[in-house]
Amino acid sequence: MKKEFILPKTLEELWEARAVHPRGALLAGGTDLLVRIRAGRADSQALISLDRIPDLRGISTGDGEIFIGPATTHQQLLDDYSVQKHLPLLRQSVEVLGSPQVRHMGTLGGNICTASPAGDTLPALYVLGARLDLRSPQGCRTVPIKEFIEGPGKTVLRKDEILSGIRVPMPDPGFRAGYHKVGQRKAMAIAVVSMACQVWINDHGTVGRIRLGWGSVGPTVKTLPEVEKFLEGRPLSLEVLREAGQMVSKGVTPIDDVRAGAAYRRLVAGRILLRLLDLLRKEVF
Amino acid sequence: MKIHFRLNGSDIAIETDPCRRVVDILREDLGLTGTKESCGSGECGACTILVDGESRLSCLMVAGQISGRKITTIEGLVSQGEMHPVQKAFVDHGAVQCGFCTPGMVLAAVDLLRRNPHPGRQEIRRGLSGNICRCTGYQKIVDAVEAASRDTGDKE
Repeated sequence: MKKEFILPKTLEELWEARAVHPRGALLAGGTDLLVRIRAGRADSQALISLDRIPDLRGISTGDGEIFIGPATTHQQLLDDYSVQKHLPLLRQSVEVLGSPQVRHMGTLGGNICTASPAGDTLPALYVLGARLDLRSPQGCRTVPIKEFIEGPGKTVLRKDEILSGIRVPMPDPGFRAGYHKVGQRKAMAIAVVSMACQVWINDHGTVGRIRLGWGSVGPTVKTLPEVEKFLEGRPLSLEVLREAGQMVSKGVTPIDDVRAGAAYRRLVAGRILLRLLDLLRKEVF
Repeated sequence: MKIHFRLNGSDIAIETDPCRRVVDILREDLGLTGTKESCGSGECGACTILVDGESRLSCLMVAGQISGRKITTIEGLVSQGEMHPVQKAFVDHGAVQCGFCTPGMVLAAVDLLRRNPHPGRQEIRRGLSGNICRCTGYQKIVDAVEAASRDTGDKE
């Protein structure tokens, strides 16, 4: 079947295109959608490209947050000074996403809306407390990312809405950040388990505040407030992390799939916490 | 739909289905078979082209997306009958075995050297991590890119 292709240049043109093609698919970087269409796992009567709408691109800073247009590519995030300076966690997660070519094409909004349990930017965005602007011709609402993603490939986005902005609060200074990913190789790997961490360590060497998020161990990013609470006030020592790791292994809800078994994922989700020992030697932002 | 773009330095316009893949348009309609297709799903890098100088995968792009863009394929690297320094370095270092990954590797290397004129060997490996060589001739490919960076880096 022959598909229509539309290249809107403004949001108004985008709303028009969507009205004409209610079953059209939004095409951002295409690194996921075009693979699914080719494999017969996605169908659409039209492709509506988000590539040429200036309102959906770019990064700006203000009001204590960083605003990222959803059609901003991963490479643009890596090249951006405010992301390098304030969001090292997001930067680290993008550095290991796909390959150079995929990072030149794929977009942050695409990674969010695809809502894969293994999406590399998602644990970082959960830990950072990102909020998402959802816009329709009628107006705009803002929801936290953890309320946006409901399950694998499922979001609360309504048919007439698009993701129109990603708002990331600037973290309080004095933190260290790490994104740790276990996969079959470094490039092009879909995570078997991943973990994002941002931690503030007190002068006396104990954890003041810590935020953690795991990918690929549940239908969406897993956060475990009880583990964060356990770690706060304690030093990041091997003994403490081993004990916390056992809580993590019990708390996650992975499945068996082609990449790994559930039991292995449970084990790794706990053990990956030991990587926090490396964080102590890392740069403080 | 009529699509206008710049291909290897010349402005062209083609009449085509805007949802056809760019790799098919290059190979089948325009006869530029230097661009290869291997996995067809973005894993291997064989179909790499440069879009406004940036390496992208032509198997995961449709014709409509290149409207108004500058496209460079492996055929476009030769200028006035002279091979690009990266191509020369691949020849000099025997960085080609079966040759199927070579156009994608060369274009990925050109983009890498544009961003980082003097990459270390680890940075070269990372820069080419989206391209798979099933002959596993990586050592010589890295040698070639390292040599090309020595020869061209300062001029750019």
